[in-house]
Amino acid sequence: MLTELLEEANRQLTICNACRYCEGYCAVFPALEIRRELGRGDMVYLANLCHDCRACYYACMYKPPHEFAINIPEVLSAVREQTYSRYGWPQFMTRLLGSGALRTVVTSLVAALLIAAGIALFAPNHRIFGVVTGPESFYQLVPFLVLVSVFSGLGVYVLAVIVASGLKFWRDTQGRLRDMLSLRALRAAGADTLQLRYLRGGGEGCYYPEDVPSMARRTMHSLVFYGFLLDFAATVSAAVLQDFLGVLPPYPLLSVPVMLGVTGGVMMVVGTTALVRLKQTSDARPSSPSMVVKDYGFLAALNLVATTGLLLLALRDSPLLGAALAVHLGSLVILFLTMPYGKFVHFAYRYLALVQSSVESRRTEQWGD
Amino acid sequence: MTTSHPAGNTGIADVPPPWPVPSTASPAALRSLAGVEWDVVVIGSGNAALVAALTACQTVERVLVLERAPQHMRGGNTRHTRNIRCAHDTGDVFTPGTYSVDELFSDLQGVGRGPVNPALALFAVGESQTIPGWMADHGVRWQQPLAGTLNLNRTNRFFLGGGTALVNHYARTAELAGIRIAYEAAASDFRLSGDRRVTRVVLESADGPVDIPTRAVVVASGGFEANNGWLKRYWGDAADNYLVRGTPYNDGSMLARLLDLGAGVAGDPRGFHAIAVDARAPRFDGGIATRLDSVPYSIVVNRDGLRFSDEGRDIWPKRYASWGGLIAEQDGQIAYSVYDAQAAPLFMPSMYPAYTGASVAEVARLAGLDPDRVVRTVAEFNAHIDPTGRFDPGRLDGCGTRGLDPPKSNWALPIQGPPFHILPLRTGITFTFMGLAVNELAQVLDTDGRPFTNVYAAGEVMSGNILSSGYLAGFGLTIGSVFGRIAGREAAQHSAH
Ligand SMILES: Cc1cc2nc3c(=O)[nH]c(=O)nc-3n(C[C@H](O)[C@H](O)[C@H](O)COP(=O)(O)OP(=O)(O)OC[C@H]3O[C@@H](n4cnc5c(N)ncnc54)[C@H](O)[C@@H]3O)c2cc1C
Ligand code: HEM
Ligand code: SF4
Ligand code: SF4
Repeated sequence: MLTELLEEANRQLTICNACRYCEGYCAVFPALEIRRELGRGDMVYLANLCHDCRACYYACMYKPPHEFAINIPEVLSAVREQTYSRYGWPQFMTRLLGSGALRTVVTSLVAALLIAAGIALFAPNHRIFGVVTGPESFYQLVPFLVLVSVFSGLGVYVLAVIVASGLKFWRDTQGRLRDMLSLRALRAAGADTLQLRYLRGGGEGCYYPEDVPSMARRTMHSLVFYGFLLDFAATVSAAVLQDFLGVLPPYPLLSVPVMLGVTGGVMMVVGTTALVRLKQTSDARPSSPSMVVKDYGFLAALNLVATTGLLLLALRDSPLLGAALAVHLGSLVILFLTMPYGKFVHFAYRYLALVQSSVESRRTEQWGD
Repeated sequence: MTTSHPAGNTGIADVPPPWPVPSTASPAALRSLAGVEWDVVVIGSGNAALVAALTACQTVERVLVLERAPQHMRGGNTRHTRNIRCAHDTGDVFTPGTYSVDELFSDLQGVGRGPVNPALALFAVGESQTIPGWMADHGVRWQQPLAGTLNLNRTNRFFLGGGTALVNHYARTAELAGIRIAYEAAASDFRLSGDRRVTRVVLESADGPVDIPTRAVVVASGGFEANNGWLKRYWGDAADNYLVRGTPYNDGSMLARLLDLGAGVAGDPRGFHAIAVDARAPRFDGGIATRLDSVPYSIVVNRDGLRFSDEGRDIWPKRYASWGGLIAEQDGQIAYSVYDAQAAPLFMPSMYPAYTGASVAEVARLAGLDPDRVVRTVAEFNAHIDPTGRFDPGRLDGCGTRGLDPPKSNWALPIQGPPFHILPLRTGITFTFMGLAVNELAQVLDTDGRPFTNVYAAGEVMSGNILSSGYLAGFGLTIGSVFGRIAGREAAQHSAH
């Protein structure tokens, strides 16, 4: 049995399959064309293949108020949003952190406050508001062991949940394990991913904020995406410096970790801010409200982490270091906790969907009048 | 010089559209259009109209497009289109190989009774070669061949996203070029001065008529396919059962008005493009998704459960346009395509689910047909299939019936494997051909063949100069683009002098 939402997606996609005018825009339509009947897994797959570029909304002669009421980006983002909770694990966590803005915010704030309080308690001499300088200044505030165990614990947890969710998703969408490991498919999907190919909406970009295509969303997403990777690289390089080369933080401005971190941080702040602006000015019709909530939540969490990270750097020689550190670590906890249940997981399902799509052969049969 | 009911001095247009044609925009908005004398007023916002407007604005500044529909319905039937047929000597990735002027012209001669005005048709075919370049220059994008497929569309170019995207691109380019597009603004009448010269286009606002002064007019307002009363003149009550595949706004109001003012007629009143659509499709605007392509892999029976035509006479792209007319001749203007599980995956999936049953009798009952009659027809068909035939959906396989009347010449698969399916078919009109007589400068001619001084026509509204009874897929846009460009150029040049 399909849910009401999946019934609606099925209704719309069946019309698309009889029409096929949008097949040149993205991978969703060719994938649809090789299916005559759609099961739940098919629709979940198509939904995560859709890059929400909106080209097919503006191109559709059947969009509301037409009685066929076709709005593919809306219905597919609603389905996509449901996959985030459906494949998340354990279920009680998806209920706490994957549904409803308020509950997510409250839960993650509580967690972040607990961490901040922990830091305040553990900081030697309660020197939250003192000037801490010199080698190991961070660790005078938060003991190294606490920092490492909290965040590596969280990291392992996030990774495990996302891998488990991805496998569940892969099974449900009838992916074969062999395909997931096929080198050719991985290479093609990797290229599609790194270029965000389908945010090009058939060439001119995607349709944000309105029916004029532009590359804005693709560019800003790339800033966020690569900024995030740079920040990740910064963390790794810091670990290398510390554990293998024995150089302890804080690192000078011209060191690898700080330079990577600052560049990534600025990219993320600029990118997330621009994406929020774009979202606010965008045509709301082709979007689903539940997904918009998740988008804002994720954008806010990323922005918070990047901003507080930069702030930490700016304040590291000031008496506010302790406070800044607490806020930054708190925001990281929020990001980590919501990662497997919120919008962050999109990358996993999207990547798998792109792999699946590059495995499937494509063909077409259509002509006009 | 009259806004009265068109009396129909030609005797053709005496089943009029609603008159006068009301404009639903606010009177103030409509009056704001009347403040200047326009260089060119274009009536309609489909392909022909926008091509004309974009061309005119290269020469003159004040170009106004009047569209009677609200903005979301702009672009008339063009909203529903998919590709365009153009001749080319050298191919590219979009239309590989050669499709010469001669070949396209002979394709055109091969449909129906051939072109009404062969000289004009040949002219359009020649001009078609330059259309794709012009389209790309004005914002249209082509669809890349899909990965893993050879592009087999040698004759027709597919524009990315279909006709609504095409209209979006043109309208955006037009607005950037300073062209004014007014929605919910219906041309209702013309005021003429002297000899066949239009000085004003009249809009009918809620507060009464608004006169729009202009130096030239391009009429690109489509056919009369959405005008049931007009269709009934030629088709009788059968027209009540026709579905209109495109916009409900193409009621032929401008065509009727100009005929009334003395314009000459071109084309056959019964000439139209009509295909088989799902009988459950909406009365108007169902578009491409309601088209059914099951016919060649099925047998088609009428309301009485009897076959009436050769379902496999020729490859479907060449035959599909005959079925609208064939169904129109049946009682109740309805027919039923009967097939089995084996045939189901062979054609494009349909938007409405087929009636499905474990036996022919069961599915016939579900479709409201006499089960015994349909069972007999199917049995008779199965018994007459030539057992030596080798079925091949990719070509004219000659796998047909022997001694059956009417025969099925190709793709005669026995209907034997459950589940069995039935799709109900009705006549879906794409557009009507009869229109305004024009010359090579797209000038509208009067009944004596003399041109109106500053009135030009393009698109469906003059397609009857070229199309008689048959149709070549993709040629509607070719006609509109070729004559739209000429009309825009000529109208602008006339204004500039
Ligand atoms: C489902 C479908 C698919 C098709 N596919 C193709 C295809 O792939 N290729 C192809 O070449 N052809 C196709 N056609 C045919 C094609 O639509 C026409 O040949 C072409 O688009 C006609 O363009 P036009 O500008 O003449 O008319 P239209 O695009 O119909 O524009 C006429 C416009 O005039 C407006 N109008 C009418 N009266 C008035 C008035 N009094 N005042 C102001 N405005 C008025 C209407 O609202 C309408 O917007 C298709 C048609 C349909 C229905
Ligand atoms: C496999 C890699 C990735 C792919 C293919 C991908 C693709 C996409 C797509 C198509 C969207 C828009 C549609 C939607 O809202 O779902 C999107 C949104 C978003 N992505 Fe990614 N993404 C990837 C990785 C990442 C990463 C690593 C980050 C940052 C940590 C990120 C941050 C965002 C944000 C913030 C949005 C929301 C933007 C908005 O709502 O305007 N993405 N992503
Ligand atoms: S979105 Fe509209 S135009 Fe595009 S394929 Fe679907 S029904 Fe056709
Ligand atoms: S919104 Fe863009 S990516 Fe999604 S189905 Fe439509 S065209 Fe494809």
